Amino acid sequence: MFEYAPAPESRSVVDIKPSYGLFVDGKFVDPTDGGSFKSINPASEEVLAEIAEAGSQDVDRAVRAAREAYEKVWGPMPGRDRAKYLFRIARIIQERSRELAVLESLDNGKPIKESRDVDVPLVAAHFFYYAGWADKLEHAGFGANPRPLGVAAQVIPWNFPLLMLAWKIAPALAAGNTVVLKPAETTPLTALLFAEICQQADLPAGVVNIVTGAGETGRALVEHPGVDKVAFTGSTEVGKAIARAVAGTRKKLTLELGGKAANIVFDDAPVDQAVEGIVNGIFFNQGHVCCAGSRLLVQESVADRVLESLKRRMAQLRVGDPLDKNTDIGAINSAAQLARIRELSDAGAAEGAERWSPPCELPDRGFWFAPTIFTGVTQAHRIAREEIFGPVLSVLTFRTPAEAVEKANNTPYGLSAGIWTDKGSRILWMADRLRAGVVWANTFNKFDPTSPFGGYKESGYGREGGRHGLEAYLNV
Amino acid sequence: MSERVAVRKTYKLFIGGKFPRSESGRSYLVQDSNVSLASRKDARDAVVAARAAVKGWAGATAYNRGQILYRVAEMLEGRRDQFVALGSSVDEVDAAIDRWVWYAGWSDKLPQVYGGANPVAGPYFNLSAPEPTGVVAVVAPESPALLGLVSVIAPAIVTGNTVVVAASPSAPLAAVTLAEVLATSDLPGGVVNILTGRLSETVPTLAAHMDVNAIDLTGVADADLAAELEVKAAENLKRVLRPAPADHDWSADPGLARMTTLLETKTVWHPKGV
Repeated sequence: MFEYAPAPESRSVVDIKPSYGLFVDGKFVDPTDGGSFKSINPASEEVLAEIAEAGSQDVDRAVRAAREAYEKVWGPMPGRDRAKYLFRIARIIQERSRELAVLESLDNGKPIKESRDVDVPLVAAHFFYYAGWADKLEHAGFGANPRPLGVAAQVIPWNFPLLMLAWKIAPALAAGNTVVLKPAETTPLTALLFAEICQQADLPAGVVNIVTGAGETGRALVEHPGVDKVAFTGSTEVGKAIARAVAGTRKKLTLELGGKAANIVFDDAPVDQAVEGIVNGIFFNQGHVCCAGSRLLVQESVADRVLESLKRRMAQLRVGDPLDKNTDIGAINSAAQLARIRELSDAGAAEGAERWSPPCELPDRGFWFAPTIFTGVTQAHRIAREEIFGPVLSVLTFRTPAEAVEKANNTPYGLSAGIWTDKGSRILWMADRLRAGVVWANTFNKFDPTSPFGGYKESGYGREGGRHGLEAYLNV
Repeated sequence: MSERVAVRKTYKLFIGGKFPRSESGRSYLVQDSNVSLASRKDARDAVVAARAAVKGWAGATAYNRGQILYRVAEMLEGRRDQFVALGSSVDEVDAAIDRWVWYAGWSDKLPQVYGGANPVAGPYFNLSAPEPTGVVAVVAPESPALLGLVSVIAPAIVTGNTVVVAASPSAPLAAVTLAEVLATSDLPGGVVNILTGRLSETVPTLAAHMDVNAIDLTGVADADLAAELEVKAAENLKRVLRPAPADHDWSADPGLARMTTLLETKTVWHPKGV
């Protein structure tokens, strides 16, 4: 591997305060019945800021503020005016994109080239897209007069903190709802900067409320009787608990949960392109991606060639400082997640799969995991069934397209899938049979605000993005 | 001349295109008839039949599904008097027939209305299309016996799902008679399966069944039971249609939500290039 000189992005562009309150009714406030916790940089374990932890009274206060804003300001406001606020927010995100990207990489550990080139541009695009819907809802195909639901409770994960915020807040506000959003406890900082952006945009108080905290805060929020809508992105286990919690209520629920996507490579696929797709599929964002291509299904006749090429490519991946512009793989988001990745990887080895990682120096401090593949994996192995949510790829083989379909669908999940082949009719035949909400053919991990995203089976229900994404926030 | 002795009908379940009695051998007296009292095992058997029918029905062309639903309307038209004799009003039977016709037309239109091309910011072909979710458990409304039943079955199957229906416990004869209509309408066996009996016996089994993809709680009037069923449904994240309000107007335009709640959206990407 070429030696590159360090090329770190400057962090001077961000101004992290020593502590942050909750964002309720347009102001930052201290919690009344909660404590506080620290958000750290996972690449160095340095404490970035002290964050307020919202208790149930704080959640209640936020829901009341959202209700009042819904009834008095945001609900009655004409769509064209809601649109202008959302366009304003989109523009401020573009203007402050460097700051957001650096802060995201600091708090999350993802490489700056991803936060800068993927996350933040998609965030701005998402607000821009849904801004345009706010005054066109009667033309969206949901009847002549679709109505908002009211107050939306939104709980988001740590893997794409700001992007998941955008996926939740933009369609909710466009449809005329107000929101109380809880960011993940390990990555609250960009959501709090977003709260400042709402202030800068003069968004009316109470339309967006941000309550920081861990699982208990999230539970208080989704169980609050004053919310009309619950939207959650995270693990399937928590998703099921939320589905049970809203049972018997009239709260509308959408869930974006786990995945164990098959990335299927046929013998006629261009190997170099497929290998780029495999690497992007599993190592993008350290594999902290619900739609990651974590099961490689490669046709037996080309398995050796593909694996040799894949290993050569993996040896070129640069693991290290997330702020370095050359970094391909950043830090694992938390000690807990690192422990989970280690546990499942150890199980893979213990169950008889063969483990391989390229030679790779990892920093001394922080949370790191070298890119890893397992070969000789069977469908019964834990690493073929459970979501690892890290840079770990399980490799299985197949002989016929029908066998590839069987193996790909042999999972309770159904979020995404990949197909690599030169034959068009085979792509469409496969795409028809794969039980997954997003199918990437000869590409992987592509996202766009106009493109609906979401799962089949235990990957959840509802779609985010596109016209479909509005449905989650309207009374249809 | 003695008066002719009538031939009475035995009212049985409808599973996999056949009319079996309950495996439990039980029946209950309702509407002056002995009607099969379905067991939990019958519910599980019905799910097996519904699952087996998914591949063929979901894989049928939309044109074919539309023609079969229209055929159901044709068959129902010829048996209007039977349903009136079972207690449905003439208006209700008319509305039920028209509802089959309405849904028949949706089979090859909903994918265009509910899906389409997405203008992504890059050189990609990107298309979203709806697909059936799979096996749907349906609790039919207590009444109206025929129109309510048709209004929950037709939207589920027109898009390619298969159903296991718990019929109205107090008015099951319309359901069994509708099964006779379905059995003579070229509808493949197993696409619609009908259980008669107590909701408390069959529906919890369906709600907890791990091979059921969605549940329609329309006919569950008891709010506590509905909540309990929704909790069971969460175990494999079934798609849930919640109970209809007691004053629901079954003659009103049904809208799309009954169909779309039981659909998945699949989005396919492919790069453009030479």
